[in-house]
Amino acid sequence: MLIQLVLSSIAIGAIYALVAMGFTLLWQASRTVNFAQGDFITVSAVLMFILVCAGVPFAWALLTTVAISGVLLGYVVKTGIIQPLIRRSQTTLIVATIALSFLASNAVATFWTAQCKAFPPVFGMTPYRVGSVALSRQHVWTIVIAIALILAVNLFIQRTKPGKAMQAVAQNREAAKVLGINISRVTTMVFIMNAVLVAFAAILIAPVYMVRFDMGAQLGLKAFYSAAIGGFNQIRGALLGGFLVGIIETFTSAYLSTEYREMFVLIILIAVILIRKEGLLGTEER
Amino acid sequence: MERRSKRKWSWGRLLRWAAFLGVILLVPVIFSGNQYHMYVTTLICIYIIVIMGLNLTLGYTGQISLGHAAFMGIGAYTVALMTLHGYSFWLALPLGAAIAFIAGLLLGLPSLRVKHHYLALVTLGFGTVVYLVMTNEHEFTGGFSGLPGIPRPNFFNLSLRSGTAFYLLVAGFLILATVVLLWILNSRWGRAFKAIRENEMRAEMVGVNLLAYKLLAFAIGAAYAAIGGGLLAPLMRFVDPTSFPVHESFWFLIMLIIGGSGRFEGPFLGVIVVMLLPELLRGTQQLFFVIFASITLVLVIFWPSGLAGLIDVFFRRVLKRNTPQLTK
Repeated sequence: MLIQLVLSSIAIGAIYALVAMGFTLLWQASRTVNFAQGDFITVSAVLMFILVCAGVPFAWALLTTVAISGVLLGYVVKTGIIQPLIRRSQTTLIVATIALSFLASNAVATFWTAQCKAFPPVFGMTPYRVGSVALSRQHVWTIVIAIALILAVNLFIQRTKPGKAMQAVAQNREAAKVLGINISRVTTMVFIMNAVLVAFAAILIAPVYMVRFDMGAQLGLKAFYSAAIGGFNQIRGALLGGFLVGIIETFTSAYLSTEYREMFVLIILIAVILIRKEGLLGTEER
Repeated sequence: MERRSKRKWSWGRLLRWAAFLGVILLVPVIFSGNQYHMYVTTLICIYIIVIMGLNLTLGYTGQISLGHAAFMGIGAYTVALMTLHGYSFWLALPLGAAIAFIAGLLLGLPSLRVKHHYLALVTLGFGTVVYLVMTNEHEFTGGFSGLPGIPRPNFFNLSLRSGTAFYLLVAGFLILATVVLLWILNSRWGRAFKAIRENEMRAEMVGVNLLAYKLLAFAIGAAYAAIGGGLLAPLMRFVDPTSFPVHESFWFLIMLIIGGSGRFEGPFLGVIVVMLLPELLRGTQQLFFVIFASITLVLVIFWPSGLAGLIDVFFRRVLKRNTPQLTK
């Protein structure tokens, strides 16, 4: 029982970490706090669901979903909404993402369906057996894929030229500009990366949650908490926060109260920002 | 705006006030025959009060609250529970507002110390928790079945049971809320709020205590929402959690942006347009959510002053009073 709980808390934590990492990437590149992150998950999950139900083979459905998400939620959102607002106040940018969130979830409810749909299991139903312990395939593969993605993103940022440009923009926009980095292009790249990460998170979470127009709201909020608890301006902060929130949530709902699991995470968040306002691993910002 | 506020009483201002009071008093004459129209008009007045609170927090001080639906719920449930247990509405309503004010201070204190998106984040979480309390504490809040049979209040010995009488009560609160907000905005506080919105660092340099004024603007906004909620409960004579879901706060924000955030007329224009259009055109609510959210995105990018700004331009063009001047 304990082992299963630990496994499922790490699995859900891995998904939060994935989405929270997207948050911190967006924050670092463009000072955007994306309140529509959860709805990006919904849109990707719905896309995947439609494709799979239309009989598209799984691999093709996955590729198409990731591609459409990258274009629509990455490129189009960045050039259409974020780019015109980036020079205005941060409040304006946040208001825009809030409106986008409301638009996305209600558009799904209006033009697709307001009902919830069960997503077919992706990794099969029979659990792995290690000795006498049964491990859910879904959980094991979620952890493996999420960690692989996290490693890939980190390798990309540390080893490749565009990744280094991202780091430069995150550390000092002005200096990066002086050095000839095209900030707008780097930001677009980060938005597309975020959309791809979110699409993967959506596909990993869809078989666990139901596919529904508001499925992303709680997920987005939890990922947001993760980023804030771990530290908004550090990728490792987001990762720590994600796993922490997953663990807190799973164990409080198993042993304390299922109804109020949201509350425990909120309390921890408030405690963290009271004690260390940058988050556990965050660094001071101007 | 700044130039105008120096002359406290101009004819234009007096005329606008007379028109405002005239419209409010004409409504019962026109709609008293139709219970439904009366109900919708009362509802609009209530939401204007709520959005005025949001306007103080977001429009004038630049702090994003996503907990306004929760504060409204706090007001509604306080009034519902107290009047159902025999206490007076006139005690319950201020108490609801006070609870929301204190909740606002407690939420704002940790989150306003940090960068300003933390307030949005923490209030969003608070909204979720309040919604969970409403749905899960069955003995206390009635859960999803809600609390029926909320009585309408008396005004001294006058019963406010009829739709028209209750509308007049709500309209009275609307006028009161308007006067109080105007007074706040023209006071020292109001100037500090606007200074924070325009440039935090500059405001701090000239000696504005950022945390104190942000807290104040947010807590007063929360109290406004609770008063709106406290009026909503006896209007519907029923409260349940579905009136205060988390995404309702997003919707409030959209109403404010459409009307004109940071403009005094903003909440009036926004609420009237956003609530009347679906009534007139008929259609599913969700479709209107999509339409208004899209309009909001376009407005945020191209026309941040909303309908209020549009009316300004119209009057300037038509009446040629002033040379057109675009604010930022």
